[in-house]
Amino acid sequence: MTDNTNIERRQAVRRILANRGETLVVCGLGSSTYDVFAAGDDDRNFYLWGAMGGAVMIGLGLAIAQPHKPVLVITGDGEALMGLGALASVAAQKPDNLTIIVLDNAHFGETGMQPSHTGHGVDLTEIANGCGFNNSQTITNNDALDAFSNTPNAANGPRFAVVKITTDNPDRALPNLDGVYIKNRVRSSLGIQPV
Amino acid sequence: MSTQNKPAQRWEDDIYDCFVRHNVSQIPYVPDAGHAHLIRRVHDTPQMRPIVLTTEEEGVASSCGAWLGGEKSVLLMQSSGVGNCINMLSLVSNCNFPFVSIVSMRGEWGEFNHWQVPMSRATPGSFELMGIDVKRCDTPEDVAPTVDAALYAAFSSEQKIAILLSQRLIGRKEW
Repeated sequence: MTDNTNIERRQAVRRILANRGETLVVCGLGSSTYDVFAAGDDDRNFYLWGAMGGAVMIGLGLAIAQPHKPVLVITGDGEALMGLGALASVAAQKPDNLTIIVLDNAHFGETGMQPSHTGHGVDLTEIANGCGFNNSQTITNNDALDAFSNTPNAANGPRFAVVKITTDNPDRALPNLDGVYIKNRVRSSLGIQPV
Repeated sequence: MSTQNKPAQRWEDDIYDCFVRHNVSQIPYVPDAGHAHLIRRVHDTPQMRPIVLTTEEEGVASSCGAWLGGEKSVLLMQSSGVGNCINMLSLVSNCNFPFVSIVSMRGEWGEFNHWQVPMSRATPGSFELMGIDVKRCDTPEDVAPTVDAALYAAFSSEQKIAILLSQRLIGRKEW
């Protein structure tokens, strides 16, 4: 089911972040955190090492707090599925600076490649559509990915994309584990001093 | 408005006034009758952003996102939702985020629906297990100083505090 794509996850995330501009990035627990780190460490990345299911809502709180900066959540199908209700909560708020990208390999990659719900046919793009996202699409090739990504100052959100990726499993790339450091680094990048 | 027509200040208004004084701008909530008046006031205030949730742990995560972006957030919920937050509170703990939740209690005072009782009983313990300090308001006079102190501590030095509004204070639900 996932073989209808030739997009590899690491390469996809590099393309997505290539023109990130001022974008603040929240990445979900697991491979998406490794992918974002592998694309280049950045003070404006909030890496999650836990809190599965929380990435989209962290992105929402951040997007509301920083309405003039693009906020991008990059997460996986498993992490997104654990916080499915968050899509409804985001759609109810309609933050125009928030974009959510789900890297969907239809498997729980970190835990032994068990098929996820999307592998059983659950369509996250349709769910986001049903919630009321302004722009919701499934991406299966790099041209469409570039078109979606090359709008770092997008203000027509909330936007949602499922990027279908292959099941390749690149080596882990591990960002710093210290949550306090990661938090303060993001805040400092916005000019906010530690308390 | 003349003084005679001004509605009496309620303890819910004391919470609202604390939000204004401390510049709390994001208010995620799962609705509860005990919070209804406060939620209405938040909705009527342009500089406050009410965020309706599908489940309580969403509000733990959004509150952390708010602080990442420099805003203050307080999560409103009832006691039955506290257990839903347990794992997401690890985010608060691991990153040392400030955290304030105001919890309306069910299942502890003249409760008709005893299905509320187990989570009510487990509410203070659930917070304490995850490193959240628990304060309690039993009378209307308790509310303003407790909320004011919690907001000050949380946002001046990233402390984590849950305030339980007792069912005796809120009034039992009539069936």
